[in-house]
Amino acid sequence: MSGIHAIFQRVLGDFALDVTLQLPGRGVTAIFGPSGSGKTTLLRSIAGLERESGASGGYLAVNGDVWQDTRTNVDKRIFKPVHTRSLGYVFQSANLFNHLTVQGNLDYGLRRIPLAERKVSLGQATELLGIEKLLHRQPATLSGGERQRVAIARALATSPQLLLMDEPLAALDVQRKADLLPYLERLHTELDIPVLYVSHAPDEVARLADHLVLLDAGKVLASGPTRELMTRLDLPLAHGDAAAAIIDAVVMRVEPAYHLSHAEFAGGHISLLNPSLQVGQRVRVRIQARDVSLTLTRQQGTSVLNIFAATVSSISADSPGQAMVALDAGGSTLLARITQKSLDALGLQPGSPVFAQVKGVAVLG
Amino acid sequence: MSPLEAPAIWQAVWLTVKLASVTTLILLLLGTPLAWWLASTRSWLKGPVNAVVALPLVLPPVVIGFYLLVLMGPKGPVGQLTQSLGLGLLPFSFAGLVVGSVFYSLPFVVQPLGNAFEALGRAPLEAAATLRASPLDTFFSVVLPLCKPAYITAAVMGFAHTVGEFGIVLMLGGNIPGQTRVLSVQIYDLVETLEYTQAHWLAGGLMVFAFAILLGLHFLQPKKTT
Repeated sequence: MSGIHAIFQRVLGDFALDVTLQLPGRGVTAIFGPSGSGKTTLLRSIAGLERESGASGGYLAVNGDVWQDTRTNVDKRIFKPVHTRSLGYVFQSANLFNHLTVQGNLDYGLRRIPLAERKVSLGQATELLGIEKLLHRQPATLSGGERQRVAIARALATSPQLLLMDEPLAALDVQRKADLLPYLERLHTELDIPVLYVSHAPDEVARLADHLVLLDAGKVLASGPTRELMTRLDLPLAHGDAAAAIIDAVVMRVEPAYHLSHAEFAGGHISLLNPSLQVGQRVRVRIQARDVSLTLTRQQGTSVLNIFAATVSSISADSPGQAMVALDAGGSTLLARITQKSLDALGLQPGSPVFAQVKGVAVLG
Repeated sequence: MSPLEAPAIWQAVWLTVKLASVTTLILLLLGTPLAWWLASTRSWLKGPVNAVVALPLVLPPVVIGFYLLVLMGPKGPVGQLTQSLGLGLLPFSFAGLVVGSVFYSLPFVVQPLGNAFEALGRAPLEAAATLRASPLDTFFSVVLPLCKPAYITAAVMGFAHTVGEFGIVLMLGGNIPGQTRVLSVQIYDLVETLEYTQAHWLAGGLMVFAFAILLGLHFLQPKKTT
């Protein structure tokens, strides 16, 4: 059986983790939730780093391999110690060994893997993370972003069956975050290692995750494809300022004179202000709910380039005075955040035909 | 009593060095798991064990020596055990001195190691575990190199402190040349017999030794870089 099957029940003081998850065995799965929702505890439990106490039990199988079965109703308890689990773990703070050089850090895990299991070469890992020039440096002399890249390469060098990342960007400033994101995206596209990625940043989730687990107070609110969960109005991710829809589009035409690329998605044409795209390229586009306004008729004489015909699929209250409207645009879901007053003035109901005017789109790569 | 012959002095020096070396070695082997346990346990025993380890810091060595003498004597439980094992009695022997010194210098080894283990925290251990290192492997490949300064301090302090002990030796070892007559006892003897010149040489030598060791420690410790 492929995929990751995890059941964890533990009580830690007044916090209780109680999750049952069936996750895909490929791609990036984001574990998303507010601080204190149990994201890190879940990730550490999967790694085997959380010490078991009396009231806890768990079951974990990775690609059919049972790593743990400590449920109270089993006769034969299984608990593979951390160092026998084929996983890579990237901590929030890079956690490099300061007594070793970067090269020494990379070799540390690699040397402990049997030759037959080495699928990711050290060259591949260093190249992927762009750290070839840092190999002889001491960890203490690296910047935060460099350290985190070394930590990721070090984890990859063990050719893990599962890569666990605990908010690897959390300790970095905005610029370093932006620098590191492309490397994470490359992991995604170039390696066939399933990744569990803990985050509380919606934009990271939107960029990186294929699959999403929403945690709240130790419980799973929802688990499913990212696109679907981001636009489900019954979930917190589809509310607030950061609410956005993700659509997949294919570039059909570029218009260099205007720095524009024109792409096609399920809901029609979309123009992107990004001249560096190539014809035929698949792009992930984020449309924020606050950048979408609704009209009953197609506007003429407007500066807005992207207007899509859509149908209202559901409506939900958002922050006071504002409503979140989910739209179906030819099978793609979009979100629009409008005022309660406009909602009433337009008389919108589920099923109402509307035009979505999109003021801004972001290409996520 | 005639002035001491050079061989007698060298015998005392050699005995002292031997005692301190054996004691330090045993302390490092014994102190590592003990300090590790103290740094990581959440057991209620932590407090009492910590207090016992620290006892030699506050108790007069003579008191420790007295109780060890009673324990290891012919009627003491430890003494009866060593006798039934065919080891004979420990008091007034080199082995007895080693036992006493180990206890006496324990805090000087356990405390720096414990502090280092605590400062190290769990993070590097967890990183090593996720990189496939077993706990023992982790100890030798991560803990030992990262705690090297603490091990140097512990070894030097354990050695130097053992060299300087007197009370336990006197209670437990008496004053047998070549067996239990270490430098501090030798100096005491010399002063008793008013051989001040020779006492000066030995006492001064110990002063220089202690100063050199503390100075050496200062230069051996890595400088704070941040």
